[in-house]
Formats: sequence, C-alpha cells, structure tokens
Amino acid sequence: MSQLNNINFNLYRRRVLLNFIILSASFLTTLFGLFWLAWLLVTLFSHGFQYLNLSVFTQPTPPPGDAGGLANAIVGSIIITAMGVIIGAPVGVMAGTFLSEYAIRSRIAPVIRFVNDVLLSAPSIIIGVFIYEVVVVPMGNFSGWAGSLALALIALPIIVRTTEDMLKLVPNTVREAACALGAPKWKVTVAIVYRAAKAGILTGILLAVARISGETAPLLFTALNNQFWSSSLNEPVANLPVVIFQFAMSPYEDWQNLAWAGAFLITLSVLALNIMVRTFLRNR
Amino acid sequence: MEQDSKSLAALRRGSAGHILDILFTNATRICAIIVLGIIIAMMGSLLVGAWPAFKKFGLSFFISPAWNPVTEDFGALVAIYGTLVTSIIAMLIGVPVSFGIAIFITELCPIWLKRPVSTAIELLAAIPSIIYGMWGLFVFAPFFGDYIEPWISDNLGQIPIIGSLFSGPPLGIGVLTAGIILGIMVIPFMASVFRDLFEVVPAVLKESAYGIGATTWEVVKMIVLPYTKIGVVGGIMLGLGRALGETMAVTFVIGNADRLESSLLMPGNTISSSLANQFTEAVGQMYTSSLIALGLILFLITFVVLSIAKFFLLRLTLREGTRT
Repeated sequence: MSQLNNINFNLYRRRVLLNFIILSASFLTTLFGLFWLAWLLVTLFSHGFQYLNLSVFTQPTPPPGDAGGLANAIVGSIIITAMGVIIGAPVGVMAGTFLSEYAIRSRIAPVIRFVNDVLLSAPSIIIGVFIYEVVVVPMGNFSGWAGSLALALIALPIIVRTTEDMLKLVPNTVREAACALGAPKWKVTVAIVYRAAKAGILTGILLAVARISGETAPLLFTALNNQFWSSSLNEPVANLPVVIFQFAMSPYEDWQNLAWAGAFLITLSVLALNIMVRTFLRNR
Repeated sequence: MEQDSKSLAALRRGSAGHILDILFTNATRICAIIVLGIIIAMMGSLLVGAWPAFKKFGLSFFISPAWNPVTEDFGALVAIYGTLVTSIIAMLIGVPVSFGIAIFITELCPIWLKRPVSTAIELLAAIPSIIYGMWGLFVFAPFFGDYIEPWISDNLGQIPIIGSLFSGPPLGIGVLTAGIILGIMVIPFMASVFRDLFEVVPAVLKESAYGIGATTWEVVKMIVLPYTKIGVVGGIMLGLGRALGETMAVTFVIGNADRLESSLLMPGNTISSSLANQFTEAVGQMYTSSLIALGLILFLITFVVLSIAKFFLLRLTLREGTRT
C-alpha cells in the first residue's frame, strides 16, 4: 500500500514539476518577446526625442550636409494618406454593405469575401508593382495619385471586412421594425443600419488610416519621393516612409538623424490612431 | 386581399423609393465586384508583365541561381531561397514565443496584468514594419555582428554537417539577421491571434479538467490545444503569409546580394527586398520583367499559404457552429 502511495506521490511530483517548468518557460518567452519590443521602443523614443525639433516641421528635406526638416514629407504623407482613404473608404463601405445586407443568398458573396481576404494579406509590395504597371507606366511618370491609389487598395479590404462585421452586429429586429413602417430597403440601410453601426464603420476607417500611414513598400515605385515641395499630385510627392527609407540607408549622419525623427513621428501617430480606436470602441 | 397586395406591388414598382432601391443595391454590388476585379486585374497585369521573362527563361527561371543585369541572365532561385529561409527562421522564433505569450495571457497571468499585456501586444502589432527594419539596421545588426555572430561562427560553425550554415565573417547584416527581425515582427501579430483562439475554449471544459486535478499544463495540452489545433495551424499560416510578403523589415538588414551562399551569416535577398531595391533602377525590358515575375511568384506563394490558413480557420468556425 505504501509502495503504491509512493508511486502516486512520485507521479504527482513529476506532473507538478513538468507543469512548473513549462509555465516558467511560458513566462520567460513572454519576457523574451516583450524584451525585444521594449528595446525597440526605447531606442525609437530616445533617438526620436533627441533629433526632433521645430525645424523638422518647418523645413523641407535637405541635401546631405545641410540643415533641414521633414515638412514637405509630412505634408505629402498626410495628403497621400487622405486621398487613399477618400478613394478607398466609399468603395469599401459599399462593398461591405453588399456583403452584409444584400448578399444573403448570393453566390458571388463567398467569392468576394475570399478575394477580399486575399487582398488583405497580399504583400503590399505586390500592390506597388500592380499600380506601377497600370498607373505609372501609362502616365509616364511617378505621381502622388499612383501612391494614393496604392494606399487605397491596401485600405479597401480592411474597410470591407470591418464594415461587414459591424453591420452584422446590428440586430435584425431593428431592420424589421423599419421595414414594417414601410421604409424602402435603401432607407433602412442608410438611415437605420448605418446609424446604428456608425462607430464601428468609423473604427474600420481609422484602422485603415493607421495601417496605410506607415506603409512604405507600395510607395517606393508609385509616389516615389521628392526633395522639394510638390505642386500637384501628378508629380512625385515626398512622403515620410520613403524619406525614412532613403535617409536611413544613406551614409550621411544628419540624414539618418532625420530618419529617426520621422520614424518617431510615424510610430507616434500610428499608436495614437490605434489608441483612439480602442477608446472609441470602449465608449460605444 | 390578393388584389390589394397586387396593387400595392404595382404602386411600389414605379415609386421613387423603388428606383432608389434598385440603384442602391446595384451600387453596393458594383463596389463588391470592384474588389473581385482588382484581384483579377492584379493577376492579369503581373502575368502580362512577367510574360517576357517566362518566355525567355522558361521553367528554368525557377531553378536558376543566376541574377545578372549586365548579361540579362535572370533566375529566381536566390530570391525564393532567401524568402523561404528568412520566413522559416522567423517561424522558428515566432511560433514558440507567441505560443508562450498566449498561454501566459490566457492561463497564467493575474487579472490586473492581463489587459495591459494584451493591449501592449496589440499595439506593437500595429507598428509599421519600416520601424522594425530601421531598428534592425541601426541597433540590432551592429549588436548581433559584434557579440552574437562571432560566437555562432566559432561554435556552431565547427559542427560537421550544419557548420557551413553558420560560418563566415560577422557582418551583422545577412539572412539570419533578417529572419530574426522578421520573427520579432510577427510575434505580436501571432500572439494576439493565438490569444483570441485560446479564449474561445469554453470555461466549462477547462474547469472540469481542473476539477479532476489536472495541472495548468495538462489543461493546455489536453483541452485547449485539441480544441483549437485547427485554428492554431491557421494562425501559424497567417503569420507565415505575413513573413513571406514582408518587405521593409527585411530590406534594411538582408544586404541585397544576388549570390547563393551556403552560410546564413552572409547577405542575401528575398523576393520583396529584390523588388524594393532594384525595381526603380531596373533598365531594360527583361530586367523589369524578371522582377515582375518574382512578384508574381511571391503573390502565388502567399495566395496558397492564405488559402491553407482560410481552409483551417473555416473548419474551426464550421465545427463551432455545429457544437453550439
């Protein structure tokens, strides 16, 4: 009897020990993962603060060796991103509406859902190549419009997905109530369902803005870059991500410092957008 | 009664509301079809762009290690090899670590810490990849080249068979560095996917296991994992898709070399970094076309990986549906 107890006790000890080892490993991997990410943020913030000053916001990008800032790149980035969202958001919201409201027995809806996921996870550089072929080559030059279009293609699937998900959260009884009052379907969708899902749709658009404001790869061969202020979207437009890429890869130290300042700005705005989305969703 | 409804329908047919209904429905349908059209156009334009390269090199494009813009002799092997190897390294680091983080958050973490850790992970997943690349170039690569790589080539480089993977000068930048940066980059993404999956497991199942005396690890191994394993495979595939297509985090640190090297410490190239580095300066139709062909290959690889991911995740939701 005591022998059996002994075996049981040993088995129990082994199980507890194994449990302890694995849970410690889980704890350590968490520390390991967070360690790299903390290191990244600390260097980013310390370098960013160090090189951030007023002239970053007021001066255009300098030639190597001169003083300057990132003003034209910041403005260019804001314009390209805004245009990207303005192009992508209406199409995305409408497509999401179709998937949620009008496609109940549609055979094409599953195909579009799948294709939307393909677009969502397509490498962003491929989208750059695509826009290069269909916009930049026919137009004959790199342009801000091409950049905006590339960003719109990245924003589009995010908006489609969140719009569909958010519209599906609206209870069916609300739709039925509106229909029972004699409202045509489009009115039910626009005046009732959209209103109920407003915060959610806006969240999706904000998420898309956060995502495309840091995208670099699709801009490399669409918007390209511009050392100076651009007068229109028909010519190459300076933008933060590509400036960061070029300045960081350059051998000049003052360019690299500006790249840190730019990286800091981008991260800050992306994080701010994400935190906005979170508080937005929590208050709903 | 029947007549009433008939006349009502007739009344509705001509009304403004009805016309707007048709307009609105079709507008949404057109927008949805635009999404489909974009993918078809993407496939088409990549095929058209890549055609000259495929026609000239044929199937040997896939297995030729050549990449010579001067003699216009191109092959995809170096870039495909770099893409696969960096992604495998990233998965070797990313999967276990994100797994540990997800277990920590769902099973181990005190409640007051749960929310901050989850939020931190999710915010980190949103940081643009160019930031990871830049940090890799300026901070991680010098550190790695000064302290870790000499140790790797001194110790692992001597082992008979796998030694050639780890020999060579400590440059800091190279395939291994790029893989590690990619791994660090996919950790937050995969950790939040895994965490979402683990939280789906019904508390009743876990509690009954705890009730008969299972340890936390046994609950994870025998309840959580079997319940979510399909989803976990899907999540890994999503992470892999990200790693395969990632451009900026890799381009900064991989070194942009078009030669096939046996050592992971040497510079190399991935499909996306070749495109990022060479596309704007490519002269001549064949050079551009070969780069587009690389892009098409990458698109097809990520397409297959995503389809597998979707297949597994869909099966998970289907099963969920039958259970509840």
